[in-house]
Amino acid sequence: MALDSKIPAGPLEDKWTNHKNKINLVNPANKRLIDVIVVGTGLAGGSAAATLAELGYNVKAFCFQDSPRRAHSIAAQGGINAAKNYQGDGDSVYRLFYDTVKGGDYRSREANVYRLAEVSANIIDQCVAQGVPFARDYGGLLDNRSFGGVLVSRTFYAKGQTGQQLLLGCYSAMNRQIARGKITMYNRHEMLDVVIVDGKARGIIARDLVTGKIERHSAHAVVLGTGGYGNVFYLSTNAMGSNVTAAWKAHKRGAFFANPCYTQIHPTCIPVSGDHQSKLTLMSESLRNDGRIWVPKNMDDAEAVRKGKLKPTDIPEENRDYYLERRYPAFGNLVPRDVASRAAKERCDAGYGVNATGEAVFLDFAAAIQRYGKEQAHIKGLDENDRSLVTKLGKDVIKAKYGNLFQMYEKIVDQNPYETPMMIYPAVHYTMGGLWVDYNLMTNVKGLYCIGEANFSDHGANRLGASALMQGLADGYFVLPYTIGDYLSNDIRTGKIPTDNPEFDAAEKQVTDLLEKLINNKGKNSVDHYHKKLGKIMWDKVGMARNAEGLKEAIKEIKALREEFWNDVYIPGGENEYNEELAKATRVADFLELGELFAKDALHREESCGGHFREEYQTPEGEALRRPEFQYVAAWEYTGDPSEEILHKEDLEYKNIEVKERSYK
Amino acid sequence: MKLLLKIWRQPNAATKGKLIGYTLSDVSPDMSFLEMLDVLNQQLIDKNEEPVVFDHDCREGICGACSLQINGRPHGPDFGVTTCQLHMRKFKDGDTIVIEPFRAKAFPVIKDLIVDRSAFDRIQQAGGYISVNTSGNTQDANAIPVNKHDADDAFDAATCIGCGACVAACKNASAMLFTSAKVSQFALLPQGKIEATRRVLNMVQQMDDEGFGNCTNTGACEVECPKGISLENIARMNREYLSASVEG
Ligand SMILES: Cc1cc2nc3c(=O)[nH]c(=O)nc-3n(C[C@H](O)[C@H](O)[C@H](O)COP(=O)(O)OP(=O)(O)OC[C@H]3O[C@@H](n4cnc5c(N)ncnc54)[C@H](O)[C@@H]3O)c2cc1C
Ligand code: SF4
Ligand code: FES
Repeated sequence: MALDSKIPAGPLEDKWTNHKNKINLVNPANKRLIDVIVVGTGLAGGSAAATLAELGYNVKAFCFQDSPRRAHSIAAQGGINAAKNYQGDGDSVYRLFYDTVKGGDYRSREANVYRLAEVSANIIDQCVAQGVPFARDYGGLLDNRSFGGVLVSRTFYAKGQTGQQLLLGCYSAMNRQIARGKITMYNRHEMLDVVIVDGKARGIIARDLVTGKIERHSAHAVVLGTGGYGNVFYLSTNAMGSNVTAAWKAHKRGAFFANPCYTQIHPTCIPVSGDHQSKLTLMSESLRNDGRIWVPKNMDDAEAVRKGKLKPTDIPEENRDYYLERRYPAFGNLVPRDVASRAAKERCDAGYGVNATGEAVFLDFAAAIQRYGKEQAHIKGLDENDRSLVTKLGKDVIKAKYGNLFQMYEKIVDQNPYETPMMIYPAVHYTMGGLWVDYNLMTNVKGLYCIGEANFSDHGANRLGASALMQGLADGYFVLPYTIGDYLSNDIRTGKIPTDNPEFDAAEKQVTDLLEKLINNKGKNSVDHYHKKLGKIMWDKVGMARNAEGLKEAIKEIKALREEFWNDVYIPGGENEYNEELAKATRVADFLELGELFAKDALHREESCGGHFREEYQTPEGEALRRPEFQYVAAWEYTGDPSEEILHKEDLEYKNIEVKERSYK
Repeated sequence: MKLLLKIWRQPNAATKGKLIGYTLSDVSPDMSFLEMLDVLNQQLIDKNEEPVVFDHDCREGICGACSLQINGRPHGPDFGVTTCQLHMRKFKDGDTIVIEPFRAKAFPVIKDLIVDRSAFDRIQQAGGYISVNTSGNTQDANAIPVNKHDADDAFDAATCIGCGACVAACKNASAMLFTSAKVSQFALLPQGKIEATRRVLNMVQQMDDEGFGNCTNTGACEVECPKGISLENIARMNREYLSASVEG
């Protein structure tokens, strides 16, 4: 089956406008005759549900949390990009497009990224109109900051809680539609399959997590906004419930899964402290605007720090290795995430790690505190040489900028980051792979759409900071609501989709069989036992650095683990009740399949790019070596077993951007 | 550390619940409270018993899902944190810890420590939004400057995570702090003004209909709120309500 990306013809800048002008429209009166299912109420699904409802479609929205407001998007900290050029620092749609394509290591689709940059400014307008309280300066105008991989200040933020504020904005837009009766909200419901009738997605099978009841829901189209699958690593910065089930079930029903191995490892997370750990906590990348990253220059010092015999503050300036500033003078501490993560791992692997496990580097604010303190003293006409005054003033500035993050760090680590440098280490954060979609955000299954982190489209091999929120909202507010109309315009005479046909019967049976099998298994190990084991294989062999040998081992080990899971997993409780272990089991079962495809994808891609580092392919300086022959999207087709999936390629063409070596030096 | 846990077990909404004791050893002070419960659950599952269920998701103090009443206090003994951010270093070896769900008439128990907080959603649906179309034709975001002070206050009110600790802390199970935070966010912004009257009347009405109690200005809510939502918001909501009632 050939992949048709449906990229509109014409010059890059006009593609989206021309496309919109030609799209078939659905008359408002006819929209009332059309039902759309939106699974997921994060930024992508929530904004899509609200907008589709406002346009007049009947929307059924689903999430597994008790309220849409708790979707994982709520946790995003740093900010959202938009090409507003409010700061007059030379930003433009083209530059945002350029940075995003380059940051993604030339593995994303030009036309999609351009459209993203184009609608980005609108997102900010929309959110402000909804009452999202972005940071403002004293003149009452919106404030911006900078994120890794770019040289302009285009990131809009609401302290360290941007995702929360954006999600509450789209949750309130949803609430308005729920109140109007245009959205029916199904909280605590988990989608366990998608139903395809005559080659078109026509509904889903969902489980009411409170009663255990299996339900059939039909619609004219199904939209998945179900988030990323970083939890395949067990430990990640994702919320505990984030999972791949919806996308994986769609995959098993024919939707191609693209670039599964593209994972973003975020450089600034709180290091692992012990075996009990259930998740990892991100410290926003915005900290790298002011924090300097270093490890001791001398091995002896590193050892003494690890043993607690030497405090970081005792190490003099000349004995510190600010390795990012040293290696990448142009971008310094603000290099993109993949570069910063790899550099941290390199130093720790070389023996310079600074915590007990040797897997941490310092993020130091002392210099910023002095710099801001001096500036404040100057502004206030006070003595710039009074060190304690300057320190106090400087701490106040840092507190205003990052106070909540510092507090979070202190709660978890029990150390005061105003006094001693933070310790950070890379952690799994975001998955750039996902269901393959065309320019209209439709998967290769008709009527099945996929938006936000769950699709593969806009970020290529590496996502620049503050661009996931942008993509989620662009997809949900401004792209999907247009493109889906084109498809739905054929359905105005279809009438309600019945749920009593053989396709629904079969899908429901599959779901109930699966649940019964799990419940009746009566093995001896908990679901978490398997999830942790899978996570360890993934991190050790399919993580930040991979090689062919390790990947082959991983594939074997995951297969064996999957078999063990099905023979030996134990799930307490019953099927028709609130049963968290059962819900977790269905998710881990899917992770155990995805994990294998993930490793297979990593193995076939014999190049390093973005978050994907193959040890065999690196430059003499240890930088990632991209290879032109891999300039394609790897879209996998399910055939019954992850190891037998078929690879389809979508070649990526760059007509408006010169493909260059990605250098941040 | 070794702990004695007394945990509320209730199979479902229709069945009565009771406190059951469990002992747990080898608890590390670096664990979060929820990780401590994970360890207990692992042990229960290993003995083929049913694990204790509790709501949680982000484990970063932002989603508002976690909701435990610990030794009589919502989110436990530490100040300004959610349960997922509470660490075992706040407890001592040999402690007895009583763990219950957030209790309020408007928050019925679903199972064990999980309660149904959808009443909060319905309060929001009664008017906790600004009526703006998502057409992509909104005016430029900088067209209406917002005084930094107001923007910051609106932000502070908007940081409510909807956890319900304020309700659980209140002897009247009042939802005033939650509702007022939402009312305040919009009342402070120019964009929200036009609908202010209708918003406050409808939201307060819904709050009453859901069975939340009245506010008697005890202030327990503010003390237990993990996000430091201030009582000033209640005062602001009362002013808004009063003038709305006069107008309306
Ligand atoms: C700690 C952290 C900080 C971040 N900071 C930033 C940042 O500063 N800037 C930025 O741009 N990005 C950031 N990101 C990334 C960004 O937050 C996410 O990529 C984005 O929010 C994903 O949104 P989404 O709508 O695609 O999915 P999600 O928000 O994950 O929503 C998924 C939805 O799908 C539902 N769901 C999933 N499966 C099912 C199912 N089977 N049945 C029913 N419902 C289901 C869930 O209930 C949920 O409603 C951050 C991520 C993390 C983890
Ligand atoms: S006001 Fe505070 S305690 Fe109440 S729901 Fe909001 S965050 Fe929780
Ligand atoms: S689990 Fe999200 S706030 Fe505690």
